[in-house]
Amino acid sequence: MSTADSAADRAAGDPVSRSGGPDRYDVEPVNRRDRQQPLYAPKKKIYPKRAEGYFRRLKWLIMAVTLTIYYVTPWLRWDRGEFAPDQAVLIDLMNRRFYFFMIEIWPQEFYYVAGMLVMAGIGLFLVTSSVGRAWCGYACPQTVWVDLFIWVERLVEGDRNKRMRLDQQPWGPGKIAKRVVKHGIWLAIAVATGGAWIFYFADAPTLFTDLFTGEAAGIAYSTVAVLTFTTYTLGGHMREQICTYMCPWPRIQGAMLDENSLTVTYNDWRGEPRSRHQKKSAHEGRVLGDCVDCNACVAVCPMGIDIRDGQQLECITCALCIDACDSVMGKLGRPGGLISYATLNDYNANMALAKDSAGRIDPARVRRADGTLSDAVRHTTWRSIMRPRTLIYFLVWAAIGLFMVWHVSARERLDLNVLHDRNPQFVQLSNGDVRNGYTIKILNMMPEPRTLRLTVEGLPGALMTMPGAGDAPRRAIFLDARPDQLRAQRIFVQADPDQTGAGDHGIRFRIHDVFGSEDASYEASFVAGDGR
Amino acid sequence: MSDKPHVDEISGVETTGHEWDGIRELNNPLPRWWVWIFYATIVFSIGYAIYYPSIPLLNDFTKGVGGYSSRAELNQELDAAAAAKAGLLARLAETDVTEIPSDPELMRFAVSGGAAAYRVNCSQCHGSGAQGGFGYPNLNDDAWLWGGDLQSLYTTIAHGIRFETDDQTRYSEMPAFGRDGILDRQQIKALALYVRSLAGLDDGWVDAGETEQSFLDNCAACHGEDGKGMAMMGAPNLTDAIWLYGSETDQIIRQISEPRHGVMPAWGDRLGDVTVKQLTLYVHQLGGGE
Repeated sequence: MSTADSAADRAAGDPVSRSGGPDRYDVEPVNRRDRQQPLYAPKKKIYPKRAEGYFRRLKWLIMAVTLTIYYVTPWLRWDRGEFAPDQAVLIDLMNRRFYFFMIEIWPQEFYYVAGMLVMAGIGLFLVTSSVGRAWCGYACPQTVWVDLFIWVERLVEGDRNKRMRLDQQPWGPGKIAKRVVKHGIWLAIAVATGGAWIFYFADAPTLFTDLFTGEAAGIAYSTVAVLTFTTYTLGGHMREQICTYMCPWPRIQGAMLDENSLTVTYNDWRGEPRSRHQKKSAHEGRVLGDCVDCNACVAVCPMGIDIRDGQQLECITCALCIDACDSVMGKLGRPGGLISYATLNDYNANMALAKDSAGRIDPARVRRADGTLSDAVRHTTWRSIMRPRTLIYFLVWAAIGLFMVWHVSARERLDLNVLHDRNPQFVQLSNGDVRNGYTIKILNMMPEPRTLRLTVEGLPGALMTMPGAGDAPRRAIFLDARPDQLRAQRIFVQADPDQTGAGDHGIRFRIHDVFGSEDASYEASFVAGDGR
Repeated sequence: MSDKPHVDEISGVETTGHEWDGIRELNNPLPRWWVWIFYATIVFSIGYAIYYPSIPLLNDFTKGVGGYSSRAELNQELDAAAAAKAGLLARLAETDVTEIPSDPELMRFAVSGGAAAYRVNCSQCHGSGAQGGFGYPNLNDDAWLWGGDLQSLYTTIAHGIRFETDDQTRYSEMPAFGRDGILDRQQIKALALYVRSLAGLDDGWVDAGETEQSFLDNCAACHGEDGKGMAMMGAPNLTDAIWLYGSETDQIIRQISEPRHGVMPAWGDRLGDVTVKQLTLYVHQLGGGE
């Protein structure tokens, strides 16, 4: 602490009440700007205080929505008929099928997933360039789960000050009970997190009963165990360390911000010079900024930083410091927004406004006599996100999305692959014909059985036989394809080299759905050898 | 080295005392988690050394209390694989070779087993794709010297062809019409041209009378009056497009004068009945089975 005060007399974390001013929090950011940080430092435990306000409510809402999506999705049903599972979202690794509502993806259609990843990448550009690190602050699972864990911690042990006191207390029945309850709930959440994950990979209701009767696969239990461990460790113990040290996202996102991106900003052009002795200074005739140095913004920060040191890598832009500061400003009867979402452009304009000719910040230049902000101050609004860069990102993102929607709705659900025998490439038959062998693979990607007519085009007089069928050679073969299955079938094609001519011939296999309209074809070659 | 450890002024950390051109090495302790994992691996290695075979001795090694050996593990896996196949092998043994195709599961098993056995035992002569070669029949086509139905294939594989140590082997020998002086060169050449005409290879042959009589006298007993061969005798069809020793006039003259005869070993005793059945079904489904 810079001021020695009577810190020893107080329990840690207690707000220091000052006559006429707001409570002041005895808190120090983990990465104070004016102190050189060691390269390796033990973790400083952070006790985030509960914030109240607009962004806290927004975060509760987003947490509720994201957690609901995560937990409920595997339980949604979607009727696909009798030959396919009825789970709306299912990653069936065993059969290598991915189901997403009306869409079914086979492994060779993985490019849709690649397309989604491209969209996610451009979506990252879009979101970051327009609203900054909103992903970090609101939607990242690490943020959501840490928020949930802190909520539980507060429920059991109380808010910041009580938690700090509890940490310093010697172990006793009360402390043990609280710790057992807290870690018990954390572990329950962690188990539920891992438990929900595996439902995406198997029929959820069946797996749910199997899990409890001990009949589920070993991989299910080990997945739950691993995710329980990671959730408990990352959400309960490592928390901000993940974001600061382990996650590449802050580095990537930091590189994508520009002067028009929304960032959580301490508006020092109206806050400085800060003072916790406002009345005394006013008596002495000094002009002070709005910041009363109450440290509320530091106390609520889940990353344990001081936003007044400027934009920094650790800041996940959760905006809880905005809530904390606004409520203090409200109590003092000053306009909110001392800490606010602002673009660098707006901030610089306001800073230029506030600086006097000597380059010192003079808050009087941006204030009217009654303390409200002057009209010349620029306020960042939602319009800041409408600009060419974000528009281009959005158009590219939307174009890829629309292309994928079109592609997925227009794709064929029948496919054919043909493998030509290589050894031997061709066989001379006793009647002088030349025969080639092929393995054809019919992909019936519809969850219903189909009857297909196989023909071969581009080879005069070509006849087909199926090994083992014992039929005479014929021009077309009818094949049954089982629902949602691949059928591999050996096919012989024979032709008279006097008709076809010697050498290689391009041919085309074609399958046609007898009772439907889809067909598929595949180019192959027929080797006639050197003729007779 | 002085008694007092040197402390780096900037970081406040002890150095190792070594110095290279004024550069000193900080003696930072290893991270505790790393040290504990290191200790844990030492403890683990002791248990490992006791449980598993590990320490080499002069002529032997410690066997470990767990009784583990990689050879025993391999044998277990082989036994498990054999046990998994035992049921199907037993069914294969008691099913007649002609009835196996009506059982899809057994058929699939037989064909895969046959494919493996083929590569080990047959591919040396008949080729890896069963495409044969000069003097070695192609097993993909629909021409069979000794019959291409399942029973005939089974007999051929089990007892071989012209394989003298098997008393059930099938045997046939074409007379050496030239070497033994049965026909003169002129007659043999005429016969060769006649045979080519039977297969539609020469369009110009007209004077059939005398040579046709010669064919009927010398060849028809085995090859048939129409030249279509006889599987009972192992006599090839002379009218088709398949020629084991070539279809050129010179090649046919050579075969009439001094015939070559292939020998196929009998595999029944060597491979056993089940493998021969598997080979039969594999060869049969290659495309030419009758």
